[in-house]
Amino acid sequence: MKPPPFHYHDPDTVEEAVALIGRLENAKLLAGGQSLMPMLNMRYVLPDHIVDLNRIPSLSHIDQADGRITIGAMTRQREIEYSELLWERCPLFRKALLQVGHRQTRNRGTIGGSLCHLDPAAELPTVLAAMAAAVHVVGPQGARDIPIADFPAFYMTPAIEFDELVSAVSFSPWPTGHKSAFVEFARRPGDFAIVGVAALLDMADDGKIRRATISLSGVGAAPVRCTTTEERLIGTTPDDVAIRAAAEACRELDAMEDVHASPAYRQHLAVELVSRAVRTALDDMGAGSTS
Amino acid sequence: MSVEQEFPELRTVILTVNGERHEIEIETRMTLADCIRHRIGKTGTHLGCEHGVCGACTVLVNGRSARSCLMLAVQANGAEIITVEGLATDGGEWHPLQQAFHEHHALQCGFCTAGILTSMVEFLGEHPDPNEEEVREALSGNICRCTGYQGIVNAVLDAAGRLRAANGGDVK
Amino acid sequence: MSEGLIGTPVRRLEDAALLTGTARFVDDIELPEMLECAFVRSPHPHAAIRSINPTPALSLPGVHAVFSYADLAPLFTKNLIPPDNPGLKFAETTKAIVLAEEEVCYVGEIVAIVLADSRYIAEDALSLVDVDYEILPAVADCRDALAPDAPRAHRHAPDNIVTTFRTEFGDCHSAFGTAAHVFDLSLKQHRGSGHPIEGRGIVVQFESATKGLTVWSSTQGAHRVRNTLVDIFGLDEDRVRAATPDVGGGFGSKHIVYPEEVIVAGAALLQKCPLKWIEDRREHFLAAIQERDQYWEFEVATDEEGHLLGVRGSMIHDQGAYTLLGFNVGHNASLAVPGPYVLPNYQLDVTIAVTNKVGTIPVRGAGYPEGTFAMERAMDLIADKLGMDRAEIRRRNLITAEMIPYELPLRARDGSTTHYESGDYPLCLQKALDRAGYTQFAERQATALSEGRYIGMGLANCVKITGRGPFETGIVRIGPSGQITVHTGAMAMGQGIKTAYAQICADQFGVNPSDVRVIAGDTGTVPMGIGGFGSRQTVTAGSSIHLASIEVREKALKTAAHMLEASEQDLELKDGKINVAGVPGLSVSLSDVAKALSGAVGYARPKDVSPGLEATANFMPTGLTYGNGVHVVEVEVDIGTGGVKITRYVVVNDSGRLINPQIVEGQIIGGVAHGIGNALFEWMGYDESGQPVTTTFAEYLLPTAPVVPNIEIVHHETPSTVNPLGVKGVGEAGVIPAAPAIMSAIENALAPFNVRIAETPISPPRIIELIEAGKNGA
Repeated sequence: MKPPPFHYHDPDTVEEAVALIGRLENAKLLAGGQSLMPMLNMRYVLPDHIVDLNRIPSLSHIDQADGRITIGAMTRQREIEYSELLWERCPLFRKALLQVGHRQTRNRGTIGGSLCHLDPAAELPTVLAAMAAAVHVVGPQGARDIPIADFPAFYMTPAIEFDELVSAVSFSPWPTGHKSAFVEFARRPGDFAIVGVAALLDMADDGKIRRATISLSGVGAAPVRCTTTEERLIGTTPDDVAIRAAAEACRELDAMEDVHASPAYRQHLAVELVSRAVRTALDDMGAGSTS
Repeated sequence: MSVEQEFPELRTVILTVNGERHEIEIETRMTLADCIRHRIGKTGTHLGCEHGVCGACTVLVNGRSARSCLMLAVQANGAEIITVEGLATDGGEWHPLQQAFHEHHALQCGFCTAGILTSMVEFLGEHPDPNEEEVREALSGNICRCTGYQGIVNAVLDAAGRLRAANGGDVK
Repeated sequence: MSEGLIGTPVRRLEDAALLTGTARFVDDIELPEMLECAFVRSPHPHAAIRSINPTPALSLPGVHAVFSYADLAPLFTKNLIPPDNPGLKFAETTKAIVLAEEEVCYVGEIVAIVLADSRYIAEDALSLVDVDYEILPAVADCRDALAPDAPRAHRHAPDNIVTTFRTEFGDCHSAFGTAAHVFDLSLKQHRGSGHPIEGRGIVVQFESATKGLTVWSSTQGAHRVRNTLVDIFGLDEDRVRAATPDVGGGFGSKHIVYPEEVIVAGAALLQKCPLKWIEDRREHFLAAIQERDQYWEFEVATDEEGHLLGVRGSMIHDQGAYTLLGFNVGHNASLAVPGPYVLPNYQLDVTIAVTNKVGTIPVRGAGYPEGTFAMERAMDLIADKLGMDRAEIRRRNLITAEMIPYELPLRARDGSTTHYESGDYPLCLQKALDRAGYTQFAERQATALSEGRYIGMGLANCVKITGRGPFETGIVRIGPSGQITVHTGAMAMGQGIKTAYAQICADQFGVNPSDVRVIAGDTGTVPMGIGGFGSRQTVTAGSSIHLASIEVREKALKTAAHMLEASEQDLELKDGKINVAGVPGLSVSLSDVAKALSGAVGYARPKDVSPGLEATANFMPTGLTYGNGVHVVEVEVDIGTGGVKITRYVVVNDSGRLINPQIVEGQIIGGVAHGIGNALFEWMGYDESGQPVTTTFAEYLLPTAPVVPNIEIVHHETPSTVNPLGVKGVGEAGVIPAAPAIMSAIENALAPFNVRIAETPISPPRIIELIEAGKNGA
């Protein structure tokens, strides 16, 4: 399983990368390589050109400004996992990443790569969907932002042009003290989840849920928000029965079928895991706490 | 796919492997695994799947474990690479992990072993005092068909103890 | 006999090279001017080959040749890989051919071979070989294959049956007619592939000047490879050598000689340069042997107290498109059913079905997992139906120690009857139950249930046939240097034979195992050999080496007595020296003795000792020897997700006398891990048309460290009575009862939902389905 022949380019600026993909036919961007290289080795893709983004330092950063956090597309999953800033402001990332692949894949895998690959089972796109992130895209015409909800065009295909690349994602973290959980079910630890749930809760002073976001991976081709469940939770201090009743709405989600699981099982898991995620989130100490 | 005169596309890269500098001309599509094995001649790193699941090809690139079947050799230009051949000292003294693997029967056919050793070097460097569950979790990216993992887990826990006793002894 | 080294957990001699990356596997072999190969393989489950046009591929720079049937067939004495058992009768159309001439019968079947400067270029060339296929109807499910109007897997075959046979003894008709209870079971069993982490591979070197052919193959049978190449290419046996480099696991996947190996050798004869083929993982998924599906329909009759009166039924086995090694998976499965139980009457009708998939041969366990699964599921069913404890029903039916040796009128492949010559099954069961805390479990289970947790305990027994003959060579030689060398036809694939055999030999000479060099798997040094499979080598090769070592020791003492002018009784052999007891200065070294026997001038040699300090033994076991095991497993089932966690795993294992306990435990644990894979993870999937759907390690799941628990092993050693060492094989012991023990535990955990498990493997979605069905009163 050896890669087919291609022309290799390793620009060191974003502008150069954009220029390359604008002018080269049948080019693919190489980020962490954890998704593209297997496909190249198996010759599932036959690009004429590989544009390697790994030599562009400006694409790798985690910053905070004006109440928003920006993560460069080439930031390694490992850096995100270990980021103290993110752990303090948005612990959901680390919670999700601890279940993403293995150390070896997180050392090389990037957030941009995972996002653009859009594997339905991938955890990071679901986290970004939960954060209502903006995807920053750069093309020959300059930069533009795509709301995460509009980012997946269809199955494993982002809504960007051939001559654009994702440079970063940004989001507004939830307030200090917000609760989060990432719960997934995979056949073996580290496998892609069959279904994964990112849950974010913000609590009012009276202990009721003020705001809730439930984002699921592995159900549809793209991350899915279960707004009905969210609505049922808001304004309540739910016990286990109420949590499950809220989660039941997820059984109505359209679910896909593949060699690992049927739609019915995915719906079943969605209900089960959303219940657990909400329960876990409610028990969470909250972002910015010392734990 | 155009295949004629433009190929093979070649680049010169400099790889430092186990402290030795190599300047070589390679095809841009050559994987790091194949480069290490066949161009640099360090055959201790093995290929088990070539799609990034089994972990047999794991090496350390600038100190970080990486599946060398999922890297192009050109991407490692300028990098320091450690393979299994580089774990023992220059004098031939085994790394505590190698010693522990031997004592705890942590290998049978040995084909997956190099990838596990390099992975565990990194793991113990960051987690010097793991419990058994953490070790098993850390091993989840390496598949062994022979041992059932128990000997490996015991060896890693033992090696962790030895490394701690040596006061954070040089985990490469 | 010295008790010194046997039974000692000697650290492995194999380790140093493997740990430091200096071992030599087949892909590490580089020869000057060597080309690399890749195969054009059929993308269709069934097709006729209309034409092959290699021209576009040949025009690719770096491609040296493309060979297909037309090029290679003239070299073959016949287009057939010689069968193991030439007398075995089965459907001619499924005979193991080397290379398809005009019909391919599974996805991955070879159409042509490409030779190029590198594997990279060879793969580039594959898509440029223009093959015109006519797609033919295919059959994937082995049950569908038996329908009269089913598409023929081989288009000219009259049907899709390799063979049918009946395994039986006693009189089931009467037994069932008068039985107090009859219960029926319908089981679907699936075992996947071997998947050693090192795939297959071969390097071939042909010297046209001497017509010498040397091959290095990652194989479980070097002699089989040599013999096959001699046979197919009509070569001079003395000029063909098959050697094995270090082998990265076998598990059955490397047991047979594959078409790939023969074709690469043929290509080397044509191209007259060294060739290398290294399988990639996708090829292993498509074209390496598998075990796959078996469908069992049977009933079991008991008396009022649950004693077995009979088992009868039928089984369909998915053989794939070719009979590569007889049909012994199906046959062994039928032999394995009685297990350690008293079974007075038995009848199983087996149909070996042809499908458009790669051929089936034994993977670790070789049909014994399937037969054991059937019996053990029956045991749990009987217990449930009669309201009895699952351990008690087994105890009630076990062959007792007093009944051993126990003869079953059931014939193994070599014609021998099934003769359990040693073992204590009830004691092993009791040990396992005690260790696992079986009697206390019900209370723990009730407590867990009250907390909303579903835990279960399951168990299974097994007996495994080991030590299959006819023999395995052991040559022990001490050369003039004094170096002790062992040559054996046994094959190393990770199981530590070089250490174990060194122990056996070193024991006779009072030296360290590291002073004994073991050379295995090279037809250049050992003229005959059978190979590594079926848990046979320690019994056969180990015994041969033991006997040869004794012979060499006796020769050495006799010669030394002559040289020292002493009586043999007064001599002691220690640390490579023979001295008169109590007089250390009066000694000769083994080197001296070897020189004396090699005819060196100046050395006295006794007239009645043959030249050479060496001996050859080809120990022929008088019968098979049976190991047994009991597995008791604890699981927790997450009824929300269907996930299963194995929380405890106890093994009582009897493999006779242990040469190296550490190695034995490694084999057991590795086998159990494989069994966990068979129970919970491994499924080699095909769609209805015969297209494989699981072709990567992301889709076909091997057990990883977090899902394998610590295995607690209790050894029980009843020495074998049919070999001088008293050993039994252990290579497969761990895998055989694992799946039924795990299913028994899952069923036990899900008893509140009336879940019954009649399949293996089982997945979380399926468990949820069974729970839902159970809740709804199905």
